[in-house]
Amino acid sequence: MKKLLLGNEALARGLYEAGCSFASSYPGTPSTEITESIAQYGEIYSEWAPNEKVAVEAAFGASLAGKRSFAGMKHVGLNVAADPLFTLSYTGVNAGLVIAVADDPGMHSSQNEQDSRHYAIAAKLPMLEPADSGECYEFAKYAYELSEKYDTPVLLRLCTRISHSQSVVEVSERTAPPEQPYVKNAAKYVMMPGNAKVRRPMVDERTRELTALAEGTFLNRVEEGSGELGVITSGTAYQYVKEALGEAASVLKLGLVNPLPEKLIRDFAAGVKKLIVVEELDGIIEDHCRKLGLEVTGKEIFPPFDEFSQNLVAAKLGAPKQSGAAVEEAIPSRPPVMCAGCPHRGIFYVLSKLKLTVLGDIGCYTLGAAAPLSAMDTTICMGASVSGLHGWNCAGGGDSVAVIGDSTFMHTGVNGLINIAYNGSNSTVIILDNSITGMTGHQDNPTTGYNIKGDPSGKIDLEALCRAIGIERIAVVDPYDLGQCEKAITEEVAAPGPSVIIARRPCALLKYVKAAEPFIAAQDKCAGCSACMRIGCPAISMRDKKAAIDPTLCVGCGVCAQLCKFEALRQQAN
Amino acid sequence: MSVKNIMIVGVGGQGSLLASKLLGRLLMNEGYDAKVSEVHGMSQRGGSVVTYVRYGDKVYSPVIDKGQADFIVSFELLEAARWLEYLAPGGRVITNTQQIDPMPVITGAAQYPGELVEKMRGAGAAVDAVDALSLAMEAGSSKAVNIVLMGRLSKYFPYPKDAWARALEETVPERFAELNRRAFELGAVEVGE
Repeated sequence: MKKLLLGNEALARGLYEAGCSFASSYPGTPSTEITESIAQYGEIYSEWAPNEKVAVEAAFGASLAGKRSFAGMKHVGLNVAADPLFTLSYTGVNAGLVIAVADDPGMHSSQNEQDSRHYAIAAKLPMLEPADSGECYEFAKYAYELSEKYDTPVLLRLCTRISHSQSVVEVSERTAPPEQPYVKNAAKYVMMPGNAKVRRPMVDERTRELTALAEGTFLNRVEEGSGELGVITSGTAYQYVKEALGEAASVLKLGLVNPLPEKLIRDFAAGVKKLIVVEELDGIIEDHCRKLGLEVTGKEIFPPFDEFSQNLVAAKLGAPKQSGAAVEEAIPSRPPVMCAGCPHRGIFYVLSKLKLTVLGDIGCYTLGAAAPLSAMDTTICMGASVSGLHGWNCAGGGDSVAVIGDSTFMHTGVNGLINIAYNGSNSTVIILDNSITGMTGHQDNPTTGYNIKGDPSGKIDLEALCRAIGIERIAVVDPYDLGQCEKAITEEVAAPGPSVIIARRPCALLKYVKAAEPFIAAQDKCAGCSACMRIGCPAISMRDKKAAIDPTLCVGCGVCAQLCKFEALRQQAN
Repeated sequence: MSVKNIMIVGVGGQGSLLASKLLGRLLMNEGYDAKVSEVHGMSQRGGSVVTYVRYGDKVYSPVIDKGQADFIVSFELLEAARWLEYLAPGGRVITNTQQIDPMPVITGAAQYPGELVEKMRGAGAAVDAVDALSLAMEAGSSKAVNIVLMGRLSKYFPYPKDAWARALEETVPERFAELNRRAFELGAVEVGE
């Protein structure tokens, strides 16, 4: 049956058909829909783990017990999961273990660009890179065969344009392989130095075998062209090359991007007059070609950052620049904003008012850094707000708070809070508890009380957790109540020792959250002072020097009304 | 058939994903190779969003580049102007006339440009401007702007009404089927400049 599937959905389908029985992931754009799709298959146990390290370790445990297993994450998630990854390369697997990682060239939804192929090289693991949904499906299935045949975790590398592009896939049925019985084998699975030393050369032997595979596997293919140009490429860059050059160039398309073939590349190079490597992000294939002594063009013409496109590839190879009509006027930018009724807005308004240093974190609330709130000083990575705040305060950095969402706190924020409590810094951590993982599109997490299937689950009590860590001062506030927030933040920042403020209100976009009646701006009362504009609500604008509220956007949160000295903002019924 | 390109642009939250899903479904049902490229995550939060739909005998790239779009369907007026450079020579813009102020306009740092339909026409683009918000409200929900505009787009395509109806049925949840059918019909009126 033919289906139009996202790369992420196609990958999930491939895993399903190959008999995957266990999946553990942490959501992260652009990888999230892999595991959301898996959750729709009843035959696969699936879960959101608190972070990617836990997910990979859980998937390994399931592999050990004999079930084909999976963990999925975005590129920065693999940093978190790197610890088990490097040692799982030594132990290998019992049943197949596949790990998908989705890179984000161009940083559509990420704090950095990383080329995950470096992890495959560093951990000495095979990595497959599909170029469309059909290959996501096909490669996912084949990855389990490779994993079991070569006794290794297998990495699948995606990127935004593969994960989030739909293309046609011919799907089939699930065939579950026989379970692999677990046999105790300390020499293979207990990686203390004596055992690890024995496993280490086996890893290199496996790489030699996989390199031999790379010379002839269907994953790598040559498409003969009519001209003298030869292009080596992989993933989404392959699509841009084909679009730009058609049949004019010969193409070596690599689907196995680690380890790379040697003879295949030498033979391909020998058959063309000019050799070019087109790869997004780092010049890894190019460097490999140079090591083989080949003359090659790559990163001296193609940028080592951002996404490519067909026009970019064509332009770099000498085609004229294409562009359509344009209006001459400057078009104002449209950056992402916190939604109308977002419970984070009130907290950031108060933080901005109090002029505190704010160490921020990863989530929708990173938008608190944008004007007019401008209430964030740093954003680094998951959990860095809490740990960074401790260092800042130990170094006498001045009045400050950390802000972190509920899901991010459970991911890696809690570790930083343990450090604050253990080493006793004068730190105030604000947990923005909107009862969901927001930015990635509403995934449940350990604080929500529901699992990935939407069924009731264990629920972490944040207050009890903070108390157990040793935090004595814990305040819970409603972020729609500006006075309450300001009082709590002022008190806790002034109080000596560690404290936690939990700002609790569910995300305004959650289905169960009912919007209140929209506010209106009474034109006879509005003095045009613009005080209500300071919260950066997309529902409020100034029209003819008076405030105006868009009733289709306003959810009646009432934060704006608390800023109006003229009582101009009210609900119709009142 | 050589590859055809449709861009769907708008403001995060206006339902461009559903519209592209509908188009992708229709084109696959018609037997084409099709690719639909979306944007999720951070940029969806009220930001400028773009979805690419490409179809033909064989589609390689998932994205549409500058000067390549046969159609730009815009759910918001400013967004039509923003993405105009992507229009191919002889291409057509179908835009909602609704204006949604972006944050720089709300804060007063920038002005919402006036007369954008005329300016786009002045730049040489064929523009079909539709008050899709009013039609969506007439259909029963301001959220149906996306389907109204898909109705409008259908007037430029050779596919029978049944094919669109089937794709719509296969894409939207049952409980919104009637609303979306009405919205599609209201959009699918004869086209005048």
